[in-house]
Amino acid sequence: MISLGQDEIAKYPFLAEAGQYLKDKGFTLEQFATDPDLRIIVDKAYERIESAAEDKTYYPELDDPSEKETTLPLNVFSFLIAIVLLKLSGLNTLINKFSLAEARRAEKFLQRDLVSNSDKTSEEFAIKIFRDIFSVTIKKTGGYFVIPIPDYLRHAVNFHEREWKLVNRHVENGMVFLSPRESVRLIRWKLSGYIGSKIKSANTPSMSDGFEDKVKRLSALAKKFVVNTVVTGAYPPCIEHAIEVLNKGENLSHSGRFMLATFLLGRGQTIDEIAPLFKNAPDWNEKVTRYQIKQLSGETGGSKTKYVCPSCEKIKSNNLCYITPDCDNIINPMQFGRKRL
Amino acid sequence: MLENDLKFLEETFKQYYFDHFDLIHVPDRSKEREYGYKKFNSGMIRHMSLKTDKDLHLMLMTNAPSDVFCSNGYYSFPNLPMAEKDWKEADLIFDIDAKDLKLSCRKDHTCMKCVSCAEISLVQDACPKCKSNKLDLVSLPCQNCISGVKKEVLNLVKILTTDLQIDDKNIRISFSGNEGFHVYVTNSSYNQLGSNERRDLIDYIKFQSAMPERFGFPKNNPSRISFPDLGDSGWSGRVAKELFGSKSKRSKTITKIISDGQVAYQQKLEEMKNSIGVKIDSNVTSDIHRIFRLEGSLNSKSSLVKLVCQDIEKFNPYIEACLIGDEPVEILANFPIKFSLKNTKFGPYMNEKTSVPKYAAAYMVCKGIASISDT
Repeated sequence: MISLGQDEIAKYPFLAEAGQYLKDKGFTLEQFATDPDLRIIVDKAYERIESAAEDKTYYPELDDPSEKETTLPLNVFSFLIAIVLLKLSGLNTLINKFSLAEARRAEKFLQRDLVSNSDKTSEEFAIKIFRDIFSVTIKKTGGYFVIPIPDYLRHAVNFHEREWKLVNRHVENGMVFLSPRESVRLIRWKLSGYIGSKIKSANTPSMSDGFEDKVKRLSALAKKFVVNTVVTGAYPPCIEHAIEVLNKGENLSHSGRFMLATFLLGRGQTIDEIAPLFKNAPDWNEKVTRYQIKQLSGETGGSKTKYVCPSCEKIKSNNLCYITPDCDNIINPMQFGRKRL
Repeated sequence: MLENDLKFLEETFKQYYFDHFDLIHVPDRSKEREYGYKKFNSGMIRHMSLKTDKDLHLMLMTNAPSDVFCSNGYYSFPNLPMAEKDWKEADLIFDIDAKDLKLSCRKDHTCMKCVSCAEISLVQDACPKCKSNKLDLVSLPCQNCISGVKKEVLNLVKILTTDLQIDDKNIRISFSGNEGFHVYVTNSSYNQLGSNERRDLIDYIKFQSAMPERFGFPKNNPSRISFPDLGDSGWSGRVAKELFGSKSKRSKTITKIISDGQVAYQQKLEEMKNSIGVKIDSNVTSDIHRIFRLEGSLNSKSSLVKLVCQDIEKFNPYIEACLIGDEPVEILANFPIKFSLKNTKFGPYMNEKTSVPKYAAAYMVCKGIASISDT
């Protein structure tokens, strides 16, 4: 485990052991639920989740030395109480949104720390986060950071944009050269996943009266992400699984999204029917999603290529195959059900 | 396949294995690999485990396979079904095939075989005998094809050793036994990569999806200085060489590129995948569970051996990988184009009975252009 100073905990609160931190500071969870003086922290925690749900990044100033004494603990506590509220609500959609927003927030600090020539400790700490949490060996060379190609590829495959492809990177002697901004952006999904998994693996505390109202409000907040699409007909297990992943608000890989959208297009569904399925994805953006499905359908795009659902073999190689006896030796998910008749 | 041909090839292949146990070994970490084989006129048998050379030789003698394969992947339980094997890692593998190079010589040594009546003729729209348009192409690659593939292999190895910093001690090149070469990378930091990561690596090696911005031409205000330079490492240097040829032409060429615009430059970069990208088979390299032809085994598409090349530039597959005996065999041959094996010229054959050395008979039967004569 990385040892944390006061500054680091405020920037990267997800690295702290929540229970231990509260204890060290002499607080109990009940106090937050009952003490009116601590109400402000619970309110801040709620705001933090709310802004995450709206895809905004909670980004308090940590630099003002006059406020440092009060803002530091307030930031850490509001993060920890936000987790308590999320655990009590049990809403995966919100947990994922919150994790992504917190990852974005941490990204800003990481980026600043990586380039802060004056503060060697912060820089070393940022490099340590890369190494210890994401198994990425990152080294500073002039104004660049260099990362071994295999480490780079493991993270870059999560991006859909062409600029992240290795061919569009400066590569030299087995290393990829990145700017500080790119280095940090590279680990966003993993960082968000890391925060999410820490939240999911944390124990759920018992409900206190002081938190009940906030938790109810979170349920109401999450309602707008509920998918009401009716799914009919027999879908192969890979497609069922992909829909399930999305419904849970978990991130579906690029190849998974491609498979799902091309499959549904192939079954004659319209863009209006398909787009809402992606509503729960942590990076949901209706305009972008609709545009992408349109591209797949061949309605737009230079080549007007209509993309078809990938073969079972390809799906298997992308770890998206959940074969059952019902698949009955089909070679493409589109054949599912048809062959059985 | 006709019964006579089947019997001939089975016996010939078995004899080869019996005589060449010295050439066919299990690879390193054999206990962690999956093996598979095919028999003539039959499907693939896989999910086998072979621990030692002895196990392998016994399998060859018992089954007289047409083709033998071994996984690039390492597993805890290689003989269990795929989902239960517990994949650990996989060697990085590459296949470069002459047919993917689209060389102009190909039409000179390609014939077509009618699927309906088996008539062999020069390439045309329909079968001259039965007018069917279900046709297979049969090609016997020439030295030019082999030279073309070798050039690609050397380009690949250059990228592997420089850009990817792979130690050349960990790179092994083999003739595939038909019309290409296989490249293995073992013990590298790339072994742990999954299929998706390998696909990105494939695009890198093939020089696919390159963006003009990366190669010096942003949307707005292109600057002459940001274009690649001949001394740059990696793709920048190779692109500069392709674009400018020499240092003296750099400035003039950049002026033209900028005046032609970014879209034209993008087009140019896309076309460059054909000239400077390495033509590897994507399906092979992205596969981390592949069973890949075993070195030292025969390829049933040709009866030539998949053989490790110590010096690829000097290697001549039609001499060195042709290891079947030369006792005369009577065949009925039909192939209207000449070819050469072991420094001997054969053909053209116009549906005629002839006597050829066994290695040539096996080659032609495997290619589907001859049958073992009844008499």
